[in-house]
Amino acid sequence: MLINHPTLGPRDASEFVYKGDAALIRRPAPDAPDALEQFIDYGYLRDNPAGAHRELWFHEQGDRSWLVVTRDTLTHEITDVELARDVARREGRSK
Amino acid sequence: MPDLIAITPLGATRPRIDSHGPVTLTEVTDRALASVAARLGHEAQTAALVTSLIGAPAPGPARMGGTDLTAFWMGPDQWMLDAPIETHEDLAHQILAQAKGATSVTDQTGAWCRFDLSGDGLADVLERLTNANTRAFTGGEAQRTAVEHMGCFLLCHSPRHISVIGPRSSAGSLHHALLTAIRSAH
Amino acid sequence: MTQENRLQGGLIDRSRTISFRFDDKWMKGHPGDTLASALLANGVRLMGRSFKYHRPRGPLSAGSEEPNAIVELRDGARREPNTRATTAELFDGLTAQSQNRWPSLTFDALSINDRLSSFFAAGFYYKTFMWPAAFWEKLYEPMIRRAAGLGSLSLQADPDSYDKGYLHCDLLIIGAGPAGLAAALTAAESGLNVILADEDSRPGGRLNAETFAMGQHSGSDWAAETAERLSAMPNVRVMTRTTVLGAFDHGIYGALERVSDHLPVPPEGKPRQILWRIYSTRAILAAGATERPIVFENNDRPGIMMAGALRAYANRWAATPAQEIAVFTNNDDGHRTAQDLLAKGVTVTAVIDTRPDAPKGNGYEVIAGGTITNTSGRLGLSKIEVTDARGTRRSLNCGALGVTGGWNPNVSLTCHQRGRPTWNADIHAFVPGGTLPQGMTVVGAADGLFSTHAALTSGADVAASIVADLGRTVTRPDLPQAEDTPVALTPFWHVQGAKRAWVDQQNDVTAKDIKLAHQENFTSVEHLKRYTTLGMATDQGKTSNTAGMAIMAEVAGKSIPEVGTTMFRPPYTPTAIGAFAGRSRGADFRPTRKTPSHFWAEEQGAVFVEVGMWLRAQWFPRAGETHWRQSVDREVLQTRRSVGICDVTTLGKIDVQGADAAAFLNMIYCNAFAKLPVGRTRYGLMLREDGIAMDDGTAARLAEDHFVVTTTTANAVTVYRHMEFVRQCLCPDMDVQLISTTEAWAQFSVAGPNARKLLQKVVDPEVDLSNDGFPFMACGEITVCGSLRARLFRISFSGELAYEIAVPTRYGDAMIRRLMEAGREFDVVPYGTEALGVMRIEKGHAAGNELNGTTTALNLGMGKMVSDKKDSIGAVLSRREGLNTPDALRLVGLRPVDRANPVPAGAHLMTRGSPVDAAHDQGYVTSACYSPNLGHAIALAFLKSGDTRMGEVLRLVSPLTGVEHDVEVVSAHFVDPEGERLRA
Repeated sequence: MLINHPTLGPRDASEFVYKGDAALIRRPAPDAPDALEQFIDYGYLRDNPAGAHRELWFHEQGDRSWLVVTRDTLTHEITDVELARDVARREGRSK
Repeated sequence: MPDLIAITPLGATRPRIDSHGPVTLTEVTDRALASVAARLGHEAQTAALVTSLIGAPAPGPARMGGTDLTAFWMGPDQWMLDAPIETHEDLAHQILAQAKGATSVTDQTGAWCRFDLSGDGLADVLERLTNANTRAFTGGEAQRTAVEHMGCFLLCHSPRHISVIGPRSSAGSLHHALLTAIRSAH
Repeated sequence: MTQENRLQGGLIDRSRTISFRFDDKWMKGHPGDTLASALLANGVRLMGRSFKYHRPRGPLSAGSEEPNAIVELRDGARREPNTRATTAELFDGLTAQSQNRWPSLTFDALSINDRLSSFFAAGFYYKTFMWPAAFWEKLYEPMIRRAAGLGSLSLQADPDSYDKGYLHCDLLIIGAGPAGLAAALTAAESGLNVILADEDSRPGGRLNAETFAMGQHSGSDWAAETAERLSAMPNVRVMTRTTVLGAFDHGIYGALERVSDHLPVPPEGKPRQILWRIYSTRAILAAGATERPIVFENNDRPGIMMAGALRAYANRWAATPAQEIAVFTNNDDGHRTAQDLLAKGVTVTAVIDTRPDAPKGNGYEVIAGGTITNTSGRLGLSKIEVTDARGTRRSLNCGALGVTGGWNPNVSLTCHQRGRPTWNADIHAFVPGGTLPQGMTVVGAADGLFSTHAALTSGADVAASIVADLGRTVTRPDLPQAEDTPVALTPFWHVQGAKRAWVDQQNDVTAKDIKLAHQENFTSVEHLKRYTTLGMATDQGKTSNTAGMAIMAEVAGKSIPEVGTTMFRPPYTPTAIGAFAGRSRGADFRPTRKTPSHFWAEEQGAVFVEVGMWLRAQWFPRAGETHWRQSVDREVLQTRRSVGICDVTTLGKIDVQGADAAAFLNMIYCNAFAKLPVGRTRYGLMLREDGIAMDDGTAARLAEDHFVVTTTTANAVTVYRHMEFVRQCLCPDMDVQLISTTEAWAQFSVAGPNARKLLQKVVDPEVDLSNDGFPFMACGEITVCGSLRARLFRISFSGELAYEIAVPTRYGDAMIRRLMEAGREFDVVPYGTEALGVMRIEKGHAAGNELNGTTTALNLGMGKMVSDKKDSIGAVLSRREGLNTPDALRLVGLRPVDRANPVPAGAHLMTRGSPVDAAHDQGYVTSACYSPNLGHAIALAFLKSGDTRMGEVLRLVSPLTGVEHDVEVVSAHFVDPEGERLRA
């Protein structure tokens, strides 16, 4: 596969390390009253769609950026790639 | 000066040189390296620092720049500075003195080994080692990628002169891989 | 032997004659021959024995689709089984052996299987060898492997090397026949970067096998000239002997280049083969088509082959399997075969054309509406039995029979992603269908366009549209006039009523087997394949699949498209495992990482151990030491008695800087770091988000905004990745910068009561090493050996007074020599990883055996470290009820009640008198060693409620090693439990 890195252009997937569902960015607040339940959901309950999936990939043999890659798990078509840091900021993790 | 004698990454007192066909492979040990990374909110100051250090615009993604003191891009708002060790043995501290709290600086001299390929047909060699499109290199590229499973930087000074910078501990494996590929391609 | 079946003309180099050996016979051939063409020219039709029934077989084809003529090529370590004689290029001195026969090819004892054929029908493995189960491994499988099979391995290491490589292009063209060449010319002249790959040694495809004219030239001349013109262009790479094996995601293709297979041995330093990964923006598949047979009784005798193969042997290689031939056809190609062979002086007995309206013969007899109903000839064809339209049978003499049932487009690569072929009723064949691999377009015969004119036109047109699509200006080359004959074919798959009619010759699958499979309800085409083995093995059914599906369709009362095709998967042709390994084998399997003191340690005769990719000194044997324990015990005792030195560079070191560096460490470690003073170091435990321990190490605060974090050697990479995840994905606006500095510093542990005295001799005079000036857990930047910048950490893994000193890596070698020299007066010893391990077990420090991916801070006895005053990764889930039960495992020490007993790691703990089973398990031993300080074995173990069981005697059991004896639960701190030494 080729991942179209937002700053470096298309790079071979072999340069990346896969982590999984980009929902991992949405780490629950530890001080919420139901924090334990939220963390169990966060840690163990993942969607596994047949179709578009937002995933985290780490460019280990490159610029060390974490990316959020939107990939169709049926066709491997990649429709969107963003720096995970930008996604995290957009999702309100700036604090 | 310390009363200790440094050794090369390959374990000798002098850098190694190998020639085969049109290609010369030279171990380069006379450069000092330091990485710089922008502190949060100080991205512009850090780019300006790099610019002032190398006397050229801070290089963009996968590019290098400068002449005597050079820099290559490592990641977002992050560069590696490269200078002659003779005059910059303590490159990291020299940069830190100018960083004014805007930039994190880390000594990287000892972390890397460097082998320079020079001559004709370098892409014929490198295409057996790395997925980087070195045949399209024209000069100024600085690509980080894997070379025979080792994370390396490829710096293209010109299509007839390309540096491979790899992890120092694997210098023996990297040199072996390069020499094997040269003999295979030429 | 003379080349009795060598014809005139051809594309071989007759100026040179070369010798080769097949089994025990030496023969002559010419450069340009394949092994198969040379054997045919020498009158040899019998080249192998079939897989199951050991039937005599000869070549069916003249290319990589060959099912029958597979041999063991070369001798000794280079012997390669299952090599197609039809693609093996002849070189002087080539040797080949026939396979699957004993004692000889002409007399094969196991041809008895052929007489027992009813026993070996479809599914025979499943039906025959069902009971008893224990017989399978010991009796049935060895028996079947002996009887059925192909070539055998040399069982020696492959002496050749293989390269891997990476190529980039705008356009990859797969196949250098007329369509591929026309596409390449168009794209190349329009300025695209083009790779043209073909599996053959000679570009041209069928142009080399046919007598077509291309304008004023012969087809083969035009192909050669065009390929030469392309090779001379800087933007084109013409790759012959290169098979594109697979189409992968996003325009990536795998291709195998056979660099040296046509030579006796690879030239010095050169690989045998190269496995290329090709990155293409676009690809054109111009892979041509494969001829398919008609199935009839005894259709497998040597001499019976594809009609197109007969033409290829005659026209390209000037060889024929016999001087008298016949042709069996359902289309006009059969007649072209007769004409080409007649032109070469071969006698054509008859053309048997299944079509009642067959064309008239021109110099040969045509039996219109006829079929072949049997053949004879023990080791090669001698007669065919023909039944004409009126049902009259007659026998004809011939030594070879060309068979053609039409052509199948080579769609394999179109299916490697999501493509599924569709049936084209005009040409009665499957053509590319469904979603093709990204960027791929199919042209020429591979797309079902069978005339040369159509191939040229489609190749050029598609290339032109790709050029335009990529934003370039199209330059159209001049293409020659070529034949444009329409396909004239009436489907005919098999002759009815046959008993032993071979559909898949490589797997010995008959028409009857397919009917039997259907009768037994294997009605899906994928089941049919597995049950009968149709389309398996080295040829993957390239010639047999369509006939198999046609017969299945017939018995199922379906159409062929309703039956469908099986999946095509990479690789397109068999590929040596060595090519996939590339240079990564033996010592080069992966890179080696050497420590800064490696060269010095080698001089000392150190024994090394692999730790990940690192080579670390395991121990340093001295003269007279004959057992590793002697060396290790000495290193441990001498370190605890005086001083020892160990290279600890391999521990991961991560530079953490920024205004929020301390807050960041608070996030990644379960314990607190915010208040760590500058100049101090603290032990830190990292948890995974699920609350399980991930890694441990130290963080040294060199400045308010600067820490150096250490990781274990094994986890250096994963911890760095994790820290970047936290930084970029969870805390994107913390001011923190990370970079690995593992290799930038050579770091040595100097441990033992004399460590300070030794170090004092090395550091520069102004450095204060006193306990007040540089107390336990202090850190700082100092200078050594005359102004060399260094880092000093007062940390201890051994439990002794200890320092870790770091100098720039290039000085590491000089530093260890200096330390050893300075330590001579203290009888300093270097110690390796074994002594390091013994000392940390003696001290009760957890390491990888304890942080094993299942244990928590609580288990490790560090439960109180998990701060509840701050957020950190893993903190919330570490408080889960299930991880905090009263009987949770706790880290304890063990010593044998009878001190002479050993304590094996991995042994389990049971209470005395309880049964030895999982239900009564109390815990397990993680680390164990002989303690030279205590004089007996000691161990670290996880024990249920271990913190409350000090002094209890348990049974240690290891059924695997036969150990069962009593051990006593003690504190894990065997040496200096109060920690007085490290604070000294």
